[in-house]
Amino acid sequence: MSRMQKFIFGLIVIAVLIPALAQTKAKTRTKKSETAQTTSASMDDSARGQKVFEQNCSRCHNAPEGFPPQVSGTIVRHMRVRASLNAADEKAILRFLNP
Amino acid sequence: MATNHSVRSRIRWRTLALQATCAAVLLGSVEAQNAPYISGGGGFITSTKGGNTTYIPIIAPEFVGVLGDHVMVESRATILESYFPRGGGSPGYKHDAFLGLSYLQANVIANRHLSIVAGEFLTPFGTYNERLSPIWISNFEEAPLTFGAGTMGTASSVGGMLRGSAFSNDEINVDYVAYFSAASTNEQFNAERSSGGRVSAYFPNARAEVGASFARLLQNTHENFVGGHFWWEPADSHFRLRSEFAHAPHAHGYWIEADYRLARFGGERSLPGRLEPVFRMQQVFRNRLDAEDGMPSADTNRIDFALDYHLPHEVRVNTSYARELSSNGNRNIWQTGIVYRFLFPLWRDK
Repeated sequence: MSRMQKFIFGLIVIAVLIPALAQTKAKTRTKKSETAQTTSASMDDSARGQKVFEQNCSRCHNAPEGFPPQVSGTIVRHMRVRASLNAADEKAILRFLNP
Repeated sequence: MATNHSVRSRIRWRTLALQATCAAVLLGSVEAQNAPYISGGGGFITSTKGGNTTYIPIIAPEFVGVLGDHVMVESRATILESYFPRGGGSPGYKHDAFLGLSYLQANVIANRHLSIVAGEFLTPFGTYNERLSPIWISNFEEAPLTFGAGTMGTASSVGGMLRGSAFSNDEINVDYVAYFSAASTNEQFNAERSSGGRVSAYFPNARAEVGASFARLLQNTHENFVGGHFWWEPADSHFRLRSEFAHAPHAHGYWIEADYRLARFGGERSLPGRLEPVFRMQQVFRNRLDAEDGMPSADTNRIDFALDYHLPHEVRVNTSYARELSSNGNRNIWQTGIVYRFLFPLWRDK
């Protein structure tokens, strides 16, 4: 196996392992913290969405002055990929944009 | 001739059928909040370097469309006309037109930690290319001096990319990107054969982010590029600090950018609150000439001062002055720009 093939193979292994490991950790954490989840579920979703928006989207650009509600889902989906948001953060921002 | 006509006709009908299918899929999959949209920026930029002024009307539209729950298609193009002095003692101006795709990619959200990207995408090295390069976002009209390092000259890659949030809680968010690009000499999909990735850790409480990037050029002379970045945006403040470091085989450099929007004086929509002074410092150190790394050909120091003004209705006026000190010669750079950011859905709500 050439050096180049080893490098590409290494990249693929890392790319597969990172999400796999992260998922395992996330599942473990989920089991351990059911109580915490109940607490977080009671949080004000819109306020959390605002916090996530400020911490992620506003880091790079100012919030637009306004946009039609029918594109809010598309904007947030776009942000999810661009800013590597997780699914929970995507939902929180969507709730913040559509209270 | 008849055969050629028949083939062309078949291709045309197949293309139309493909377009109609895509449109039908888009229309059918659209939910109340998932309408496709066109966003982007349009503006007019002037740049005066060493006494020569270039005028650039520019528009950079971006399309984003969602297909179902997991698939998204997005693309950005840049269309500009550049008017610059003829030079050589001749009076008047010449002009060049440019139309190019920055990216055209399909994103598949595989699970909550992984998105798969295919097509032409912005090369994920450092932060500037992916986050700050759009004209409606960047504080300065010009990219940093180290921009070419790691982005392989084209700033776009053609191939595949894996990215997502690896780990996330209230204390830390870790995200990753890994990509591979094939060589492409197509005019609209120009890319070098390369691979690389980036890992970033964001600390929400401190509002700070650190990250590292790696890229390897895999054609002609194989070269490694390494980068690092640090961003800090304190909570309850309009101050932002962004910085990047890039190392290429024969040069390395960094840039630090700090900006502060004067929203403290009456809020973001007040007269002074719309003003945003920006400062950027850059240095590049070179030990040998290298046409591949995209950095200046000699040691260069540069400081940029900008005053950006955010007008209502998504219009921004940028003005900046830079002093560049280089062993190739010192020069002043004056730049101004007015940029309008737009966003509208492709069709009205049902």
